[in-house]
Amino acid sequence: MSHSEVFNLSSIAPEVRIAIRNLNFYYGRFHALKNVTMDIQTNKVTAFIGPSGCGKSTLLRTFNRLHELYPSNRTTGQILLDGKNVLDRREDPTLLRARVGMVFQKPTPFPMSIYENIAFGVRLYEKLTSVEMDERVEWALSKAALWPEVKDKLRQSGNGLSGGQQQRLCIARCIAIKPEVILLDEPCSALDPISTAHIEELVHDLKSDYTVVMVTHNMQQAARVSDYTAYMYLGELIEFDETDQIFTKPNQKATEDYITGKFG
Amino acid sequence: MNPIPTQPVERAPRHAGQARGSGYLADRLFEWLTRFFASLVLFTLLAILVSLVVTSAPSLKAFGFSFLWSDDWDPVQDKYGALIPVYGTLVSSFVALLIAVPISFGIAVFLTEMSPPWLKRPLGTAIELLAAIPSIIYGMWGLFSFAPLFSRTLQPFLIETLGKIPFAGQLFQGPPLGIGLLTASIILAIMVIPFISSVMRDVFELVPAVLKESAYGLGATTWEVVWRVVLPYTRAGVVGGVMLGLGRALGETMAVTFVIGNTQHLSPSLLAPGNSIASSLANEFAEAVGDLYTSALIELGLLLFIITTIVLAMAKLMLLRMGQREGTRS
Repeated sequence: MSHSEVFNLSSIAPEVRIAIRNLNFYYGRFHALKNVTMDIQTNKVTAFIGPSGCGKSTLLRTFNRLHELYPSNRTTGQILLDGKNVLDRREDPTLLRARVGMVFQKPTPFPMSIYENIAFGVRLYEKLTSVEMDERVEWALSKAALWPEVKDKLRQSGNGLSGGQQQRLCIARCIAIKPEVILLDEPCSALDPISTAHIEELVHDLKSDYTVVMVTHNMQQAARVSDYTAYMYLGELIEFDETDQIFTKPNQKATEDYITGKFG
Repeated sequence: MNPIPTQPVERAPRHAGQARGSGYLADRLFEWLTRFFASLVLFTLLAILVSLVVTSAPSLKAFGFSFLWSDDWDPVQDKYGALIPVYGTLVSSFVALLIAVPISFGIAVFLTEMSPPWLKRPLGTAIELLAAIPSIIYGMWGLFSFAPLFSRTLQPFLIETLGKIPFAGQLFQGPPLGIGLLTASIILAIMVIPFISSVMRDVFELVPAVLKESAYGLGATTWEVVWRVVLPYTRAGVVGGVMLGLGRALGETMAVTFVIGNTQHLSPSLLAPGNSIASSLANEFAEAVGDLYTSALIELGLLLFIITTIVLAMAKLMLLRMGQREGTRS
């Protein structure tokens, strides 16, 4: 690493939770993210928008090093979480993932009961008594606004829930291990409008305790729920600003074309 | 946006049974043909069962249920009992699975979760090739290469260590002969590993990547992902693979005949020679004289058939029970 790439920690403002510095990402030979630098604010919702293949999901997946599951993926640059580079190979990715939780496009309940879906992640990090675990499960499900619907069927399979309920179960599962950052990768793309509204409300509530980063294809959704919006195109960060700014008077012509629907 | 074209779409005139008539008839014919082929399976199964029962009637009549627990096998006095071969078949297959299942699981996990991509195909193919080796070659290798080595190395070791344990030690006592139940089990294990591991690999590959990613995303290690998510998700397929292996082990003839020892003697030790149903049949059919002797052998075959059916039924029941425990599925 050359000296110029090392950023002075004091240049990162205190309200920044994740600082991305000169991040490049390669799928084999394909250069998927080009020199991305941005700051993600604590306890705010940041949305990534852009046409398919622009690299927004790729960017999200580097935050908890999920890209490392596939050996041909490679990164350069830094992602600083509270000032520490999470891409450092010497750091244990499982501990990072306890701090940076993730929810995917499609609901992915594990093949076990609703209760076990929540308890699974918690058991990886903590030894709780069964009473404490019961409390934790109830807390996480309540936080994800699912508790009233499932409290009488905790022992049933998570697969029996509706799509929207399953997605809230996945959010509860993520919250249960008390992360600092929650990554949402198009969490509503497989859901109906009512479930989508549920999740959006939930995202709004979550930001008081968590830093939320979400990828979305839906510009109205970005406008409704996010505080900051990043517009990406072909692996580059075109514009990143407060959501109001992006949607009312964007600085870049490309951003304006995309959000007004002339392109994309 | 382009205006929607308003020109009417031209359609060919249709009358009932006009152009599609022959196609419809052919479809009906095809339906009956497939029905016939499918029922052929049931018919064959039933025919085999009936002919086994009919030809083993003399032995069934002479010994009744005592055939099941008698350890007599005396062609001179025309007294027959199935205990020793049934015991040998069940024990050798069970021990074979005990060895083969964990190894196959390891192979499948390595191939699907850890192997570098360039190694996946050659290794997968090599394992499938193991399945293509004829069983007589396994038998010969077992008798001429493996058994002597086994009697010089592992067997004395087992007798010296595990053989000293009270009770369980009985399983590992006696002279190190090389051939015997345990040798047969090990050869069987090698033979069923390719079947079990390739089924496991295939079903593990069916697990959606995003499901595994969400477990990894919670911070699970590869082991936790495989054990807690992949295995429960693929349960039915894994049980199916193990049962496929068990089915092969129960019926395997040639390789077992070479190494099991073929003695009608019941011993608590796994190192002692024994017999299995399939190898009794292979060894004795040629020399079976007299109706009772032949029909006793056929009754052994009937027992093997019943054992296999029971094993399959138990597997289905097990899956059903596990499904209930997990709760309702959508």
